[in-house]
Amino acid sequence: MSAIAALLAPLQPLAVLRPWPRYEVDAATWEAIGRALGAGDGALMALWAEPGTVHLAVRAADLRNPAVVSLAAANNAFPSIGQYHPPALRPERAIRDLTGLTPIGIPDDRPWLDHGAWDAAAPLAPPSLTLPRERGRDGRGQSARDPADYAFLPVHGHGLHQIPVGPVHAGIIEPGHFRFTANGETVARLEQRLGYVHKGIESLLIGVGFDHAGRVVARASGDETVALSIAYARAVEAALGIDVPLRAHVLRGVMAELERIANHVGDVGAICNDAAFALLHAHCGLIRERVLAACDAAFGHRLMMDRVVPGGVTHDLTNDARELLFAMLDDALARFADVVRVYDETPSLQDRTCLTGIVSNELVTQWAAGGFVGRGSGRAFDARRDLAYVPYFGMDFAVPTFAAGDVNARVWVRIREVEESARLLRHWLWSTAEGPLRAEVPAIDAVREGVAVAEAFRGDVFVWVRLAAGRVERAHVRDASVFQWPLLEAAIEGNIVADFPLCNKSFNCSYSGHDQ
Amino acid sequence: MRTLLLKSLFSGPATTAAPGLGADALEELGRTLQARAGKLFGRSLSIREVDAGSCNGCELEIHALNNPVYDVERFGLRFVASPRHADVLLVTGPVTRNMRVALERTYAAAPEPKWVVAVGDCGCGCGVFEGSYAVIGGVDKVLPVDLHIPGCPPRPAALLQGLITLLDRVATR
Repeated sequence: MSAIAALLAPLQPLAVLRPWPRYEVDAATWEAIGRALGAGDGALMALWAEPGTVHLAVRAADLRNPAVVSLAAANNAFPSIGQYHPPALRPERAIRDLTGLTPIGIPDDRPWLDHGAWDAAAPLAPPSLTLPRERGRDGRGQSARDPADYAFLPVHGHGLHQIPVGPVHAGIIEPGHFRFTANGETVARLEQRLGYVHKGIESLLIGVGFDHAGRVVARASGDETVALSIAYARAVEAALGIDVPLRAHVLRGVMAELERIANHVGDVGAICNDAAFALLHAHCGLIRERVLAACDAAFGHRLMMDRVVPGGVTHDLTNDARELLFAMLDDALARFADVVRVYDETPSLQDRTCLTGIVSNELVTQWAAGGFVGRGSGRAFDARRDLAYVPYFGMDFAVPTFAAGDVNARVWVRIREVEESARLLRHWLWSTAEGPLRAEVPAIDAVREGVAVAEAFRGDVFVWVRLAAGRVERAHVRDASVFQWPLLEAAIEGNIVADFPLCNKSFNCSYSGHDQ
Repeated sequence: MRTLLLKSLFSGPATTAAPGLGADALEELGRTLQARAGKLFGRSLSIREVDAGSCNGCELEIHALNNPVYDVERFGLRFVASPRHADVLLVTGPVTRNMRVALERTYAAAPEPKWVVAVGDCGCGCGVFEGSYAVIGGVDKVLPVDLHIPGCPPRPAALLQGLITLLDRVATR
């Protein structure tokens, strides 16, 4: 029996959370779970807090379901998990910035999301603990602290120089800061500083209606909006015991796979572009555009935002739209096959992607990194299969996994996933069950909690909600990027600075999804 | 690769027809540009995109402007890497408190004359993020905005229409 399963076995789960068990533990058990995680005994799925309580979600090989573990934070402090298990460090720094709870023993006590620009420190803490800040001289709400004032880790050595990049980057991409320490062309270390697009999403999910909360969650990261909405809807449905009609499930699957194809195709092109191979970028852009146009025609929105809601979906798929999707798939897959052939037959391109940006299997396992970051380094986890949900449950599809861990491996995961998604789509489009689109959301006054995971194109997204009297009382959204960003720091080490865009694009972590 | 190149050569262009000038956008620009120094740019504008807090949805559609279907460069519109080269800042929002200084510095780094286009419902107002401690609001809370292109996210065609209208007004002054 794993140490985590042994720690949880004697405990009685709370009835409030569905469908996973939730345990209230004491500080000693909490710390023991941290040690077990550090020893590689399980996977940390999420770590978040609300005033007075910290929660973590954990998976272990011999647990039937993942479990949520909660600790009442005595004296607004809790034992740091990060001191044993480094993947917990950034989430804990975020917890302290947002709720003011102190992780005792954390080896990194720098702020993370709080750049000193908010009106008060610990904005999610109860008013008695929130600390208002001094306003600057200009009276326009400028903070007293310079946002550039951040203690990057010191670097010592001969011939080292630093390259600061961002937050505003050279391309059309999200903001974040990268501090490179290089020796000549070779990167000795990359340190990230994120949080620039922190929008206070958790604060917007307190005491709001289900629909509004859904619209906020859908915009935690716009490129994976369908997957986020599915995770949110499934969490609400689990909490309230809603039976979603089969047709709605299938249409969710259709939208999720269309989103996956659009993103994978676009990113394969963008990776090639970062290796100065613009031809494939142009072709992939064309394919992506056709996919999005078909999504628009079928569901009335190119990114299919707000189409998945608690209880079901808002848009039906007409027979005409179904035919259109079939035709689009045939065309897009044929075009993509041409792209793949060129990728596979161009050594000058592979010279850039092969053996570049390697992440070891040990690291992706330790960080429980999902998506192509994990699967490109041999971690065969896919929430659609390993935490299976309808409509994937019982479906036959491959989870492509590669061992090399380089940019090329991540490209191939995406290429193979496009093919698998197309197979799933064709199956569902043939067999779309007739029936209603949306089940009623019952009015339940009692406090209920729900939790769900959905597989976005970049990895598993996790949503936890607490509902009461027809409103969302509290929620947490954890994007796959949270456990992927730190691995990019490892991937770039020893590579040349010029290969950073390539490595970065092959990860395509979400800034917005991370910063929230 | 030869096959793909030949295929591309002999298939017709994938590009869509140019959209006309947007009536709403024209009216807004008429109001805002008249009072400002005009300069002939030879129907060419350089655009610097700034994500000041977006969910990345708008960025995906702005990206699409560069694909062969919308092909924004045929109108003389070019996305540039530095604000030093930019005539237009294309800003998505909501402007977060953590991005405010970076946005102000990017604006300050762009040479005069310059225009600011606010993109998306969040850039134009605050979208669903209204009321958060971490956001300031729409782009116009921080910078003078010459044109708003709403939408969540705006379709590439709407972005194109807005930018062409801006170009038209700037070039004919």
